Amino acid sequence: MGLYSRRLWINRFNLAVSLLTMLIGLFWLGWILLTLFQAGFKALGPALFYAMTPPPGSDGGLANAIAGSLIMATMGTLIGTPIGMMAGIYLAEFGNRGWLAPVTRFINDILLSAPSIVVGLFVYEVYVIHTRHFSAWAGTMALALIVIPVVIRTTENMLRLVPDSLREAAAALGAPQWKVITLVTVRAAKAGIITGILLAIARISGETAPLLFTALNNQFWSLDMNRPMANLPVVIFQFAMSPYENWQHLAWAGALIITLGVLVLNIFARVFFRNQTPTY
Amino acid sequence: MSSVADTIDGLSRSDPGLSSVSKTVPDANLRKHHRLDLLFRLATRFFAFLVLLLLAGIIVSLLAGSLPALRAFGPGFVTSPQWNPVTEQFGALVPIVGTLTTSFIALLIGVPVSFGIALFLTELSPIWMRRPLGTAIELLAAIPSIIYGMWGLFVFAPVFAELQPSLTGTLGAIPFVGALFQGPPMGIGVLTAGIILAIMVIPFIAAVMRDVFEIVPPVLKESAYALGSTTWEVVWNVVLPYTKVGVVGGVMLGLGRALGETMAVTFVIGNAHKLSPSLMMPGNSIASALANEFTEAVGDLYSSALIELGLILFLITFVVLALSKMLLLRLSKMEGQKT
Repeated sequence: MGLYSRRLWINRFNLAVSLLTMLIGLFWLGWILLTLFQAGFKALGPALFYAMTPPPGSDGGLANAIAGSLIMATMGTLIGTPIGMMAGIYLAEFGNRGWLAPVTRFINDILLSAPSIVVGLFVYEVYVIHTRHFSAWAGTMALALIVIPVVIRTTENMLRLVPDSLREAAAALGAPQWKVITLVTVRAAKAGIITGILLAIARISGETAPLLFTALNNQFWSLDMNRPMANLPVVIFQFAMSPYENWQHLAWAGALIITLGVLVLNIFARVFFRNQTPTY
Repeated sequence: MSSVADTIDGLSRSDPGLSSVSKTVPDANLRKHHRLDLLFRLATRFFAFLVLLLLAGIIVSLLAGSLPALRAFGPGFVTSPQWNPVTEQFGALVPIVGTLTTSFIALLIGVPVSFGIALFLTELSPIWMRRPLGTAIELLAAIPSIIYGMWGLFVFAPVFAELQPSLTGTLGAIPFVGALFQGPPMGIGVLTAGIILAIMVIPFIAAVMRDVFEIVPPVLKESAYALGSTTWEVVWNVVLPYTKVGVVGGVMLGLGRALGETMAVTFVIGNAHKLSPSLMMPGNSIASALANEFTEAVGDLYSSALIELGLILFLITFVVLALSKMLLLRLSKMEGQKT
């Protein structure tokens, strides 16, 4: 075989392998989704949304867990988003001078990928130990701490996309800087920032590790933020690891609900704001 | 942005005409907005500072929590393979080894696959397919880790258990390496955890690789093509050398993710505090030891040992992620110079 044809064949072989790796990636995604739909739909029913988590061996649903997850994810987002946005505004609008901005940016990128279980440990150490009981507030705090880095990153990236001429135009009209930022820059970057918040919500709705030591779990309906609160991920963890068949069925149903929610949020965020989708 | 405001300030000060105008206008309003500007800037600065406080808080609180264990076991904690809650003898060797091994397996499988995916997305795929395919791979990253864990335990592990005897038969027969593949075909264990982790880090590494491949100046690639290179030769000899810093950064990012991954590993690693030479035997990782034992830990020393584990995990991932970030920053600086 001549040099030329050898090079040609090496090329063909490697490109074929590249295609294969792409198919492998899609294969895992397909396999996981297929399993979820098969196992999850069996357990799906109206009772899921109004019955409480059952004791082993009897029927029930996931109503308290779904409610708990919704409450804690909402509260976590409500607390984390403003903090993240303010810090992101600082990095994008005032972050060209001084030491604080580059250091914060660096640390924030690390916190973005830091193990979420450590966040759970942190909240346990600073909050749960002092209140002496697990509580929904602790879970909310842990989730908010995960939201913050995501929102900081997207806010900064999206504000940087806003052209300076827009800021200068507003300043030339006599607008003070705080008005320029809140009424012009942030508004121009609104779509991108919302996408980032949606992605943050998607991320925390599946987080299990930080809730294990904070919100724990609750077998009953409870809306008291100062007591342990049921939530989907921890219920799935507990039920899936159990030997009881009805618990495992419920775990699959819960898994299907979470995954559908997360995927819909992701696709929605990417499709509707496709020109400004942040990467993180 | 602030420079614009500075220039405007400067203008009004230097030009007598302008300043006389601003004198005639009652400037209480102007002063009010100056104060508000300052307030706004300080507020955003405070929240940026909060991020640093958060990092310091995490390290300090974990240190404080692990003090009893630090006092009781000293530096020997890291090298001791013991983990006995009854006699209160704790050592971190087994979980540390488990964490490192599973992450290493994940990279061994994940890096070549991610490279192939990035190559496909940047060079081979028709333009119209790039976006949907890229999104599909990113969705793999969006699936919560607990789902990977459940799927790994109930679906993948049984399938893998049937494949294991043939792995033991082939790879297990190789001298030296063979010892890694001995053991009963249980389906769960260190190797399974590594494979599941590989699937989870692929989207992260592939996304970074795709992004850095895209910054290669087209002129470079076109020159290589014009000299008669094949696509593979362009990628291997031009794109990869140009982006190698970024590629390593992406791999480190994947490593950081793999080290701290909790739920997926907890389901399939087997949670046994035992050091075994085979990858097919159950083991433990730092994160899954925490997830399994922390809420049930009785006694100060037990929970303190677990917190120290968490501290070790945080420090390892911090170093890995910091390295990754620095490499990626270096690449983006280089990009600025060459174009």
